[in-house]
Amino acid sequence: MVKSLTTPEERVALFQTLFSDAIPHNRALGLKVVAVARGLASMQLEWREELVGNPETGVLAGGPLTAMLDGCCGMAVATMLKDPMPFATLDLRIDYAKPATPGKPVIAEAECYRITRSVAFTRAFAHQGDPKDPVAAAAGTFMLGTKGKVTRAQAVAKEVLGKGLST
Amino acid sequence: MSGGSLMKRLAEARKHRDVGQLAEAIPYARWMQIAPENGTGELLTRMRYHDSLIGNTFLPAIHGGTLGALLEMAAIFHLLWETEAETVPKIVNITVDYLRSARPLDVIASAKVTKQGRRMVNVFAEAWQDDRSKPVATAQAHFLVTAADEPSVL
Repeated sequence: MVKSLTTPEERVALFQTLFSDAIPHNRALGLKVVAVARGLASMQLEWREELVGNPETGVLAGGPLTAMLDGCCGMAVATMLKDPMPFATLDLRIDYAKPATPGKPVIAEAECYRITRSVAFTRAFAHQGDPKDPVAAAAGTFMLGTKGKVTRAQAVAKEVLGKGLST
Repeated sequence: MSGGSLMKRLAEARKHRDVGQLAEAIPYARWMQIAPENGTGELLTRMRYHDSLIGNTFLPAIHGGTLGALLEMAAIFHLLWETEAETVPKIVNITVDYLRSARPLDVIASAKVTKQGRRMVNVFAEAWQDDRSKPVATAQAHFLVTAADEPSVL
């Protein structure tokens, strides 16, 4: 078993490994884990040309935001699992509040506000520095105890956040 | 916000009856290998399998976010190609339902207009792999089709 991780930096580094580096699509997007705590997750996406949906304006396509919000909500769920188990997105709604400013990174902040035996409920916002001025909002629900083997990412809550994580 | 090059590309694609050209104007579609095709007479949008689509390496399964992206692109290509859109449709929101895990194979999507309003269009999109009767994900999305001053990600 891993030694207990006490500093926020160590936790962020571990979650970066499990939720971005080890997930091919998240790695391809270059998602950066910014913060993690019980029930909370934050990730960052850098603007780049290949992710642009409108070549005239340079505005990011919806897809990269959808993928980041899905990943970020999933990470928030993982921090809430009492027992390691596989889970999967059941549904995900994205409201595109306004276009993301080209050239600037987008930050996602997700919260898992309720978890039951079968379902976890999450909310997330994406913004570019001012959380009160979001570019997108998301609501995702996750089915718990789905088929397959437990990944280390799905077991990480017990491993790392198990004992009295406050921030 | 005009989407001029895309609308120019659309006119060109219509002239040559080759919808595939639309994807070439969108960097994200090229990067994701998402492109529309109408070889069978029906407009479909295909996401070619490549390893960076994976979201779960243990199953393995395609990342849910990429399925959402495909459904959104399928809806946009449908609106561009099948309706008289004069501007690039602007997505307002999308709700994706995940029905099955998607295996490491191509994913194909179709879209249809549920309701066409003067300013707002409601689109249903569906994605599947080798068996069309077993969709991996569906989506319902709203697009603004005329107003030039409203939010847009495309």
